[in-house]
Amino acid sequence: MSFDFSVIFDNFPKLLLGAWLTVKLVVFSGVGGLILAFPLGIGRSSAKLWVRAFPWTYIFFFRGTPLMVQMFLVYYGLSQFEVIRHNEILWPILRDPYWCALITMSMHTAAYIAEILRGAIQAIPRGEIEAAISVGMSPGLILRRILIPRAVRIGLPAYSNEVILMLKGSALASTITLLELTGMARTIIAKTYMPVEIFLAAGFCYLVISFLMVRAFRFAEHRLNRHIRDAR
Amino acid sequence: MDLHGFGPQLIAGTWMTLRLAFSAVSVGLALGLLGAVAKSSKHLALRLVGEGYTTIVRGVPELLVVLIVYFGSAKFLTGIAALFGSDEYFELDPFAAGTLALGLTFGAYATEVFRGALLTIPKGQTEAAQSLGLGRWHCFWRIVLPQLWRVALPGLGNLFMVLLKDTALISVVGLDELMRKAQIGVGFSKEPFTFYGCAALIYLALTVVTGGGLMALEHRANRGYRRARS
Amino acid sequence: MRFKTLLIAAAFATASLTGLAHAGEKVKIGTEGAYPPFNQVDDKGNITGFDIDIAKALCAEAKLDCTVVTQDWDGIIPALNAKKFDAIVASMSITDERKKAVDFTDPYYTNKLQYVAPKKSDFSPAKTKGKVLGAQRATISGTWLEEHVKDAEVKLYDTQENAYLDLAAGRLDAILADKFVNFEWLKSDAGKDFEFKGEPVFDNDKIAIAVRKGDDKLRTKLNAALKAIVANGTYKKINEQYFPFSIY
Repeated sequence: MSFDFSVIFDNFPKLLLGAWLTVKLVVFSGVGGLILAFPLGIGRSSAKLWVRAFPWTYIFFFRGTPLMVQMFLVYYGLSQFEVIRHNEILWPILRDPYWCALITMSMHTAAYIAEILRGAIQAIPRGEIEAAISVGMSPGLILRRILIPRAVRIGLPAYSNEVILMLKGSALASTITLLELTGMARTIIAKTYMPVEIFLAAGFCYLVISFLMVRAFRFAEHRLNRHIRDAR
Repeated sequence: MDLHGFGPQLIAGTWMTLRLAFSAVSVGLALGLLGAVAKSSKHLALRLVGEGYTTIVRGVPELLVVLIVYFGSAKFLTGIAALFGSDEYFELDPFAAGTLALGLTFGAYATEVFRGALLTIPKGQTEAAQSLGLGRWHCFWRIVLPQLWRVALPGLGNLFMVLLKDTALISVVGLDELMRKAQIGVGFSKEPFTFYGCAALIYLALTVVTGGGLMALEHRANRGYRRARS
Repeated sequence: MRFKTLLIAAAFATASLTGLAHAGEKVKIGTEGAYPPFNQVDDKGNITGFDIDIAKALCAEAKLDCTVVTQDWDGIIPALNAKKFDAIVASMSITDERKKAVDFTDPYYTNKLQYVAPKKSDFSPAKTKGKVLGAQRATISGTWLEEHVKDAEVKLYDTQENAYLDLAAGRLDAILADKFVNFEWLKSDAGKDFEFKGEPVFDNDKIAIAVRKGDDKLRTKLNAALKAIVANGTYKKINEQYFPFSIY
């Protein structure tokens, strides 16, 4: 079994370019998904049926279908309709595979983050909320000072898992012509016919990126929980 | 929804998806058990191998694992055959490559599920088994594993649902499962929304049915246990 | 517990039996299946097209027992080298780079690369600056664009059909592809608002069958069969079924 290292060195700069696009996709969809998840998560936990119907259906759809199908639906599927192609606001956005990937990934991860948020909110000790009410805090103040900070700290490990999952999901953007890390690797292989070497190099890049992201989240958890860190 | 006569093709694709999922999960369960045992072992070498397996496979996109297994299998298997003096080429077809790749991924996550579940089995169970004279294998297979199964089932069930959806990735290496059949339909009809939408609905249906099946399995595994009052 | 063990064993057996395969006595032909009218899959799952008809004619002439299988374009040469099939009949062009990986038979048709774009656009091969051009990844169109067009954005697609979908949707200003494949698409409903733009940018593209390096036995058999079907009119008959002009 021979292993050709030179083809990896020659093409490494291109792989790094792809890696940069991957990081952009993950960061922006992580933020976008978080923003989308708040109304979804809060709506989902509502007691009124007409409020939770839409979030429930949304979450059911996005968690029940593969990300690949969702991407193809947004990129190829929506472009089937004349009314979208001629729309002056939507089309410039949906025309671009980068935005299609970003939108799909954000919507996908929002469904999962909404559930994480729901679990985190339910995990907040009732006593803290009762104490806040007894002190006279308004609902808005409780949300801002108690609920959200507590939910963020409880949900952060699960959220970091979700971001890593999005890192792996970003590879699917290569199927809609984006030259992120996997797409770049496939393009290089199309010219050099050395799939194993290039794919392993790309895999290595993913490991490095995920290692750095995990470290960053550990650091964030460390800092956010410094008030209880020395409780033991 | 006009499928242009592709309905039977999509059903054939769905059947292939299911075959792939069940094939991969059996590989994955075996790998997960092995990994959990390795990671809980007292030998450092085994622990390192287990750790390496889970870290690497969980940190690389499933799509890339599929591509590496598919394209790498020829090189790898042929190399192994050469060690034994054989001149032949061996390769994995898309189904086998998909099974191995998805099984590897499932196994890496299942290792963690099994490991957590192993910790819940009281040591007393193994001690009692040994005092009765049961050998190591019998102790594991007859005493620990049935109890392990009950605790690990919810986690494994989630992983299986993920596996079902990941089968769509194997379309990229040419397996005629649901996603690929949908793509063929799109090529024929030029109606991507119709076909991908239909595929999405089929995946949803599979999710619901599997979810129901898993609930029934959990119910059966928990028979005889009293639930903790919440 | 016994039943579970049986299930697991059965799954293993199925997976392994279908997995490992030696190269056999018969000849397997690999094609893409997403390149009408040369190779495509119809709604019953049958593989059809010009390439398939030529392959079947060659096999009949050379008395080989052939089966045709599909393979994604990106992996078609690695699959040939891994002995998944023995010959590629998928409208593959002879290029120096490919010659490093495989051996080619004599050409069985000649192709040209030509742009297609919307009828109402003023696109021409000289006016590529700032445009978005599409081609299939790992084809000579893709490589030609990368080498000759530096002032436009080039998008590469997994399949030719996905590239056409995007051209029809307006995501691409033009596509560079094989003239005859474009010809077929322009005839279809989706292609009716499009036309060829300018003369072919490359017109000496020889299309041949690829076999593994050193597989001279199969190569000479196919070459002899090709000469025979051209001489006895079988080639002409197949050609006429698809195109009103000769493409040899």
